[in-house]
Amino acid sequence: MKKLLSITIFFSFLLSLSSAFAGTVIIESWRNDDADAWNEKIIPAFNAKYPDIKVVFQTTIPNQYAASVSAKLEGGNAGDLITCIPFDQSLKLFNRGWLASLNGLNGLDNYPQVAKDAWSTDDQSDIFCVPMASVSHGFMYNKEIFKELGLSIPNTESEFFGVLDKIKADGNYTPLAIGTADTWAIATMGFQNVGPNFWQGEKGRKGIISGDEKFTDSHYIELLKSLAKWGDYMAPGYQAQTYPDSQNLFTLGDAAIYPTGSWEIFTFSQNADFEFSAFPPYKPDGQANCFVDDHTDIGIGMNAASKNPEESKIFLEWLTSAEFAEIFANEVPGFFPLHTHSINVNDPVAKEFISWKDDCDTTIRNSVHIVGRGEPNLESVLWEVVSGVVNGTMSPEDAGAKAEASLANWYAPHQ
Amino acid sequence: MKKRFPYHILVFLFPACFIYTLFMIFPLFDTIRISLFTQNLMGENMDNSSNIRAFIGLRNYYDLFTNENWSWHFWNALKNNTYFFLLHVSIQTPIGLLIAAFLSSKDLKFKHTYRTLIFLPAMMSIVIVGYLFNLILSNLWGIPQTILGVVGLEHLYQPWLGLKGPALITISLISIWQFVGIPMMLFYAALLNIPDEILDAAKIDGSGPMTTFWFVKFPLILPTVGLMVILTYVGNYNAFDLIFAMKSLYAGPEYSTDLMGTFFYRTFFGFQMQLGNPTMGATVASTTFGIILLGVLIYLFAFQQRVTRYQY
Repeated sequence: MKKLLSITIFFSFLLSLSSAFAGTVIIESWRNDDADAWNEKIIPAFNAKYPDIKVVFQTTIPNQYAASVSAKLEGGNAGDLITCIPFDQSLKLFNRGWLASLNGLNGLDNYPQVAKDAWSTDDQSDIFCVPMASVSHGFMYNKEIFKELGLSIPNTESEFFGVLDKIKADGNYTPLAIGTADTWAIATMGFQNVGPNFWQGEKGRKGIISGDEKFTDSHYIELLKSLAKWGDYMAPGYQAQTYPDSQNLFTLGDAAIYPTGSWEIFTFSQNADFEFSAFPPYKPDGQANCFVDDHTDIGIGMNAASKNPEESKIFLEWLTSAEFAEIFANEVPGFFPLHTHSINVNDPVAKEFISWKDDCDTTIRNSVHIVGRGEPNLESVLWEVVSGVVNGTMSPEDAGAKAEASLANWYAPHQ
Repeated sequence: MKKRFPYHILVFLFPACFIYTLFMIFPLFDTIRISLFTQNLMGENMDNSSNIRAFIGLRNYYDLFTNENWSWHFWNALKNNTYFFLLHVSIQTPIGLLIAAFLSSKDLKFKHTYRTLIFLPAMMSIVIVGYLFNLILSNLWGIPQTILGVVGLEHLYQPWLGLKGPALITISLISIWQFVGIPMMLFYAALLNIPDEILDAAKIDGSGPMTTFWFVKFPLILPTVGLMVILTYVGNYNAFDLIFAMKSLYAGPEYSTDLMGTFFYRTFFGFQMQLGNPTMGATVASTTFGIILLGVLIYLFAFQQRVTRYQY
């Protein structure tokens, strides 16, 4: 027993020695799902180039990350690199002086501006996190059901509802696997999924920020009307159907179409024993151009009080490289590197998602940048009204008016 | 001889008072203090030294009661919570009393088995209860559809947990089912305490079982009924866990199952994209405290001091 104790003490001493050793860069992250990818692929690839810099990937439970990392930063014992939540949560850290400005870091040119927006100050004068990965939206479909019923992939709104009608007429499968019990699911995978096609992507998003567009404008009402029709094609009692219920419904092969986020790719390919693929968000009839949501989800910034700023910067610069982008895209399928490098992705469904970006313009969710920081929170209001619309308890016009009123409550451009 | 001041009493009181003050009284008053401040949520134009909070007096309370964006949620939560409480009092208490009355009857067999079975859910984790009922009532693989289908009434099935009106009633009934054992135990204990002589005397006077219950037993356990109501009141206005376990903090559909507890949590800690607002959260907490205090005071002065207690 005593021996065990002394060994433990010896090793913990060694450990503390090694972490105190200059050149050890600690990454704070909430992505414990990706820990293996980091420890076994990403960090070794980095060390192949920079063998002298030791990197440690340290994770916190996801729903405690925001609180724990700001407590650590305030207490001065946070790691060197901080994984960044998009927009205001990280902007808050930067405003408090806890995240360093990364202006002038080599390699930042490898990202489109829309990716950098998520971790820049409102006037874009400072960038404080290196963009890392995005998630995208679309519809996953069960290939076998589509084959059985002789369905083809819909492009426009009327084609989409035509396909749903056929599945419903057949009667063996639930046409749309989604419920409204988890309001975020229907809002994120419904409203933010097909929405960009209705509000013309970035144009509409910026319009909301500048106040030129309002949620009561006709294209938002059209979008909500379109979503209101979804309810007819969802499972009976969808009002009580939760997000995991919907996932199970699809992976058990009982549903034909699953409005999705790309983060599902990894789990679905493990759980579904049928072939599935994805098609992009449907467009309003007669619209030629298309838009896909490519929501900036993860970035990495530097602790302003880091003891290893030089090493940290080298690591951040490496993150901007094509090498990192390719490893990350293949190790964590469904999370897409935000780089402009062209890279090879092996997962067929992830590939399908990426291919849409060739023809369609990308955008991010319209409710988070700048307009997402007030009370009441726009995102939460959208969740509420979208689920109300799909449930049929709120009219599209009322929903638009409610979202607009919530923004007008605190946001000058909408007053 | 002058009596020496009993210092040892102070010494013995000190640990309890100290711990109670530190962990109960201080946080309570500090919460009320924080509720008078506002906080720079985004931390704009600040460094580590500048003060993050500013004193604004009763402004938070004013906003909470009158500013549409807060007040809607507040009155909604308060209304739901009152409904939640009324359902508990009007269903849980009578059922608890009824079961206790049956259990205390002398002729009942398997008394202990019933007692244990009825009390069992109260010992289960709320997370498990919430999860079970979410599955039982699921629209995809739930049980009611099947049972109703057997008797040909499948059309009566509704996704109760997902509909605006029925959701709160459903959750209340689940909570009532889970905790009906507690009033039952209290009433049972009180009923057992009634001396046999009184009951024998009633019998000799020609009182039947119903008369005995309503005119002899019930007045004797009335203080316990009052105690149970006030315990339910305090418990219900502090309720949070079942909604959190079954509905998460959306308290869906459309906040129709939102209680003071979930509203407080969403406000104080923030939820998903919404940043937490600790000072407003403290306001909600202080208001909840006020509501509970009011109820307890009414109980103390209007009920407890007037109800007749009998010494056996």
